[in-house]
Amino acid sequence: MEQREDIGLGRACTTERCDSPSRRTFLLGSAAFISSSLLLGGCGGGDSTRTVVAPRFLDGDERRFVRAAIDRLIPADALGAGAVQAGVDDFIDAQLAGPFGQAAGIYMRGPFHLGAKEQGYQLPFTPAQVYRLGIQRVDEHCRKTLGNVFAQLKADQQDKVLHELEDGKIDLGEIPSPNFFNLLLQNTKEGFLADPIYGGNRDFAGWKLIGYPGPRYNYTDDIEKFGQPYDAPFVSLGGEHPVTCRLSDSPTGRFRGPGCEYAQMPAKMHYDALTTTTGKVWPAGNL
Amino acid sequence: MARKLPEVDVVLVGFGWTASIIAQELTEAGANVLALERGEWRDTVPDFSVTHIQDELRYAVRKEIFEQTRRQTMTFRNKPDQLALPMRELGSFLPASGVGGAGVHWNGQNWRFLPTDFMLRTHNEQRYGRKAIPDDMTIQDWGVNYEQLEPYYDKFEYLCGISGKAGNIGGRIQAGGNPFEGPRRREYPLPPLKRCAATELFDKAAREVGFHPFPAPAANTSKPYLNTLGVQMGQCTYCGYCEWFGCANYSKASPQSTILPVLLKKDNFSFRTHSSVTRILTDSTGKRATGVVYVDQNDREYIQPAQMVVLCAFAHHNVHLLLVSKIGTPYDPQTGTGVVGRNYAYQVSSSVNVTCKERLNPFMGAGALGQVVDDFNGDNFDHTGKGFLGGGYIALWNTGGRPILQEYLPKGTPKWGAGWKKALHEDYLYSTHMQGHGGVMSYRDNYLDLDPTYTDNYGNPLLRLTFDFHHNENAMSKFLTDRATEIAKAIPNRGINSKPRKGDYSIVPYQTTHNTGGAAMGNDPRTSFVNPFLQSWDVPNLWVMGSSVFPQNPGYNPTGTVGALAFWAADAMKRYIRNPQPLVQT
Repeated sequence: MEQREDIGLGRACTTERCDSPSRRTFLLGSAAFISSSLLLGGCGGGDSTRTVVAPRFLDGDERRFVRAAIDRLIPADALGAGAVQAGVDDFIDAQLAGPFGQAAGIYMRGPFHLGAKEQGYQLPFTPAQVYRLGIQRVDEHCRKTLGNVFAQLKADQQDKVLHELEDGKIDLGEIPSPNFFNLLLQNTKEGFLADPIYGGNRDFAGWKLIGYPGPRYNYTDDIEKFGQPYDAPFVSLGGEHPVTCRLSDSPTGRFRGPGCEYAQMPAKMHYDALTTTTGKVWPAGNL
Repeated sequence: MARKLPEVDVVLVGFGWTASIIAQELTEAGANVLALERGEWRDTVPDFSVTHIQDELRYAVRKEIFEQTRRQTMTFRNKPDQLALPMRELGSFLPASGVGGAGVHWNGQNWRFLPTDFMLRTHNEQRYGRKAIPDDMTIQDWGVNYEQLEPYYDKFEYLCGISGKAGNIGGRIQAGGNPFEGPRRREYPLPPLKRCAATELFDKAAREVGFHPFPAPAANTSKPYLNTLGVQMGQCTYCGYCEWFGCANYSKASPQSTILPVLLKKDNFSFRTHSSVTRILTDSTGKRATGVVYVDQNDREYIQPAQMVVLCAFAHHNVHLLLVSKIGTPYDPQTGTGVVGRNYAYQVSSSVNVTCKERLNPFMGAGALGQVVDDFNGDNFDHTGKGFLGGGYIALWNTGGRPILQEYLPKGTPKWGAGWKKALHEDYLYSTHMQGHGGVMSYRDNYLDLDPTYTDNYGNPLLRLTFDFHHNENAMSKFLTDRATEIAKAIPNRGINSKPRKGDYSIVPYQTTHNTGGAAMGNDPRTSFVNPFLQSWDVPNLWVMGSSVFPQNPGYNPTGTVGALAFWAADAMKRYIRNPQPLVQT
């Protein structure tokens, strides 16, 4: 997606809540079970000819930066998947394209003054703009001082740059570097630990790491079993067994299954065979 | 041009807890009542359904359940000589929007204040001498006492189905309850919630160090409950999604789960959503409110005439509305005169993280599932030589272990990378935290007024908040944190991280949504905006509900007292309707 001139926003649906998680759950979490009318009803009022446009924000270079950075913030190791394997870059991309990235609910009237730290965020930029400007400036800095963009650096070089950003030691122009770093770190942790319906925490990577079983409804019989393990299957708002395989490319766009990447959702969609985490296989079909 | 609508007897600004109580009480008395709510309609089904409400990112992190600053915010500074800047992102506190107000997203930690809290100045002067109270500390008595409010506390608790254990019934101390509480007429409507591993450890440890722990009073139902209005509530399932979420299970008391099923059936009650009140109207004398102006979501403006106007919005908004409507004398910090905006206060919190040896399963919880020590609240202990007045409770709340925001890791844990990941892996299931939750006194230089620069969507100046903690609060919070650390040390643990509060007050990290003052109640019109019945001294058919009437902020969560005061004021309103006069003559 080429949107470098438009520093503001990715493409988004026309209604404010079109990317709300409950709808996305329908689109992706149970896609194979849902009729096409329901699938199309979520955004744009059920016009059956309308193409549902999935929001996207990061371009190729930005995506490479984010993948490289989150791979250092939460690396894969012997304990399990890291942020990249958990799909956190997909999560961040979708968040930046949506209401969060656009600062949709935020008071953005001027005049703008930096103020004291106790007065909170005072920059005239949306989170999406902070990413776009921040990534550009960090890559410039890396190219100038280390000879390559951030994504191409070695891991220890990347760690050093991240620490310097965290400590405010790199000049990013109008954005204090800790603002950029803290936003990136916050979103990375969110993507790792939020419900998988948002595209991160893929295969419950984050929840498996810590032992959080997901949103469960009733612990009445368990809460007084002090010190005992609780070992029920992981659940998501998308269901107990979210589909983890990827849908193949289709003539109208690129799709991934309920791990959540979808560039464009056509009115009709073909999908290849799906395998669920429990090994259940759905044959190929159409929605 | 504003369209003028037919008059109602009573118009309520906002439709949360206090509006629901006032509406229920006054419609029973025959009045025709209308509530105007700026947010949307919400109900247990479908809005709080388990198919989507247990979503930490959407509601708690992205804050979808709260007011958006784009629509309403304020400016903030620590000191009067600073430039106030807009609160662009919500942080320190989280006001609600929508039917049910903050009654939808609260935890359900439901307290009574101490008898001495209501006579704070008199009591402290008598016990510690006049000099114990610094000159700039503008604390005052409430004008109502605990004994007067007791029946109304009881009424609110039986409306909500509070789970707890009484500590003092009619002056007799009860084993297992809070021995420091004021006398209550009877036991709580429901027994305490079940305990979890962490509250069990806290209880044992607190006893070991000589304190008096007890189960927190909870507006989460420990059993099925048929409330005083005949509304059925379901038993809490400890799903861990109270705070910052609506309850799917009819277990957390809210207007929706306790009052609305009855209220909404009445012919003499109506409400309108997406209706933002922008002005209170008065007649030419300025002594009588004639109604309100509100704007709907299409920016159409309406005049809603009414015989009585009751402000039931969040604390800040009530004060903002008074200031932009030019009702009452605005507070002037230079001279210390005026009342609207005076005595803004907050609460002071600190925490102690404990990584226990025992597995805790923190995700099994409820908003008010907690074990509490009240030994150091209010004047429950001798302050001689302590260097501060007032106090707070120490609690271990097990609200649900939601993974993004409840990261209680040991001291020295890296913020990211393999070290952070390892700590989260090893410690999430074993970590908990205790809270020191202290009151805040009111001060001459902590106040609300109108901002000279920044405006809202309607062209009104934003409210301006000037606030910082003073020596008293910092010293008291340190004392509470030290006591909490003593408890933590008595828990078999792998690490303790004491986090006392430091530096100036910051609007950024979440602390509490217990904002108070700005339209204080009291016996003296020179230092209070409303009389002890919450009736405006200046405009007797205008009333103010909620924590904006607190003259200072005690060390407990406010909702129990907000509910009790609403019932207390409703009784006074019924007397006023029969005989429309000021209930206290000046």
